[in-house]
Amino acid sequence: MPIHEKSLIRPENIKTQDKLVLEGIDVSGHWSTFIETRVVSDYNERLQDEIAALPGGEYIHRCWQCGSCTNSCTVNAVNPDFNPRYWIYLIRVGMESELLRDKDIIWQCVSCNKCTYACPRDVFPEGVMKATAHWLELKGHTPKSRSTMFDEEFSEQVIATGKIEEGRIIRGFFARSAQPLRQEWLIEMGKRLARKLPIKLGMLMGIAALIRPRTRGWGRSRDAIASYVGEQEQRQRKALNLPEPGAK
Amino acid sequence: MSGSDVKDAKARYRRVAYYPGCALEGTGHAYNRSTKAVGKALGLKLDEVPNWNCCGAMEVKNVDPKIQTYLSSRVLSIAANEMHASVVMAPCNGCYHNLKKAEYDLAKDESSREVVGRISEKAGHATYQAGQVETIHALDWIKHGIGEGALRERVSNSLKGLKVANYYGCMYTRPRHIFPEKDKGPGTESTSQPHFMDDLLEAAGATNVDFPLKTACCGGAHTLSDSDTSTKLVLNILRAAEAAGADVIATECPTCHSGLEMHQVRAEKVLGEKTSVKMLYFTQLLGIALGLSPRNVGVQENVSDGLEALKEKGLA
Repeated sequence: MPIHEKSLIRPENIKTQDKLVLEGIDVSGHWSTFIETRVVSDYNERLQDEIAALPGGEYIHRCWQCGSCTNSCTVNAVNPDFNPRYWIYLIRVGMESELLRDKDIIWQCVSCNKCTYACPRDVFPEGVMKATAHWLELKGHTPKSRSTMFDEEFSEQVIATGKIEEGRIIRGFFARSAQPLRQEWLIEMGKRLARKLPIKLGMLMGIAALIRPRTRGWGRSRDAIASYVGEQEQRQRKALNLPEPGAK
Repeated sequence: MSGSDVKDAKARYRRVAYYPGCALEGTGHAYNRSTKAVGKALGLKLDEVPNWNCCGAMEVKNVDPKIQTYLSSRVLSIAANEMHASVVMAPCNGCYHNLKKAEYDLAKDESSREVVGRISEKAGHATYQAGQVETIHALDWIKHGIGEGALRERVSNSLKGLKVANYYGCMYTRPRHIFPEKDKGPGTESTSQPHFMDDLLEAAGATNVDFPLKTACCGGAHTLSDSDTSTKLVLNILRAAEAAGADVIATECPTCHSGLEMHQVRAEKVLGEKTSVKMLYFTQLLGIALGLSPRNVGVQENVSDGLEALKEKGLA
């Protein structure tokens, strides 16, 4: 018996006859409300395996749908459509088309790990959210989210030099996501900081912006990580039946 | 911790390897400065991990979690194999969390061990083996290295009358499986109701308000990529602290701290929602209580005007 999903019943599938008499009984209006029959035939039987092949999704099969994840979810409290328990259900039964209805919000998981803390089955729902967001992008269902752009900007800097410098991350991220850097609230923050900031520290921050901080002798670590990243990309694309990057 | 463990920790935490991390060299500079100043005032020694790298923060794991495990393991490896330290202390929740997570993954997961071993070998340094060092937070360091009793004796500028909401954020307690030493009963930290910061600030004379959002999320992971969500989450925290009667929110994580400061400004500018509670690192508050000047603990480096709150209470 599948879990009754209220969210599968949409307004357009609810039919009410304004005037209807059945076997001599007037069932007009509310009394004749029924749900249109719905047939799902486009199950993607590989969906769970594909999510499980991506980092974070490995333990999705353990879920028993208790709902502790959604119940504890930080983002759900802000947006009730953000529903990890439901998405895990859809993935497990392979209802890809239903999952895709929420494709534009899944990336919004803030990684607070309240779900992972609450989960009695060690599903690691936080990881499943990341794997699902990753899957949506790899499959081309969504463009790269701002979150992914931020992660990539950050990771590229770490892999390149071993360290990050926050000013460089912010500038790089705003450029990558095509947003103007001159946001009113960022300027206000800078002003408040500048009012009190000791000159010496201001100079140090200026120097860090010009000369990238880096870990000495990082080159070999960088190369080893880069080769691992390439290897993983290839493995993931294969698991999702995607062509090799560059191949047509 | 049992009696003998506490005594043991007092000796072990007297001199620890120090991993400040990237944020403490940037926006969290005041946290770095105040941590060092408080350590000095309390006679606790810090040896910075030489040539450290980024732990992977909250971003690298989304590209691949095992790269994050490697990054954190390299820091642990230097502490263990080059410094021959037995304890590494990280004041940043992100760093602390990631070192703990690497420790857990390397102890429990064969494939993490394999990947970390392979990358470490290619990178030309010793592979970190689980159990070589103990990772602690700045809160553990002061709580167990000094303790409330000894701290109380050293307070010369009591925080009496200052109402504090203690904010711990996400990564200090979640997910709990990577913190096996927590939730072990009296004297240990609780993952559902953390209290180490409350304990220390109370010993410094402050009044801790009843604050229900101690471990709520500030949206730090999406502070710039989904700013509207982060602003809402931060506003909840600021409003709850004000409703509880707090003058200041004490923080113990540079990402949380700058998130609260940033989105306090953003809420004011974008949503027209003004809040007046101030943010101070718990090390800044402890430093003030130990008689250090606000400048010594970097209060002027904060965006929110903590100095005003301290002056109001006659603490600066």
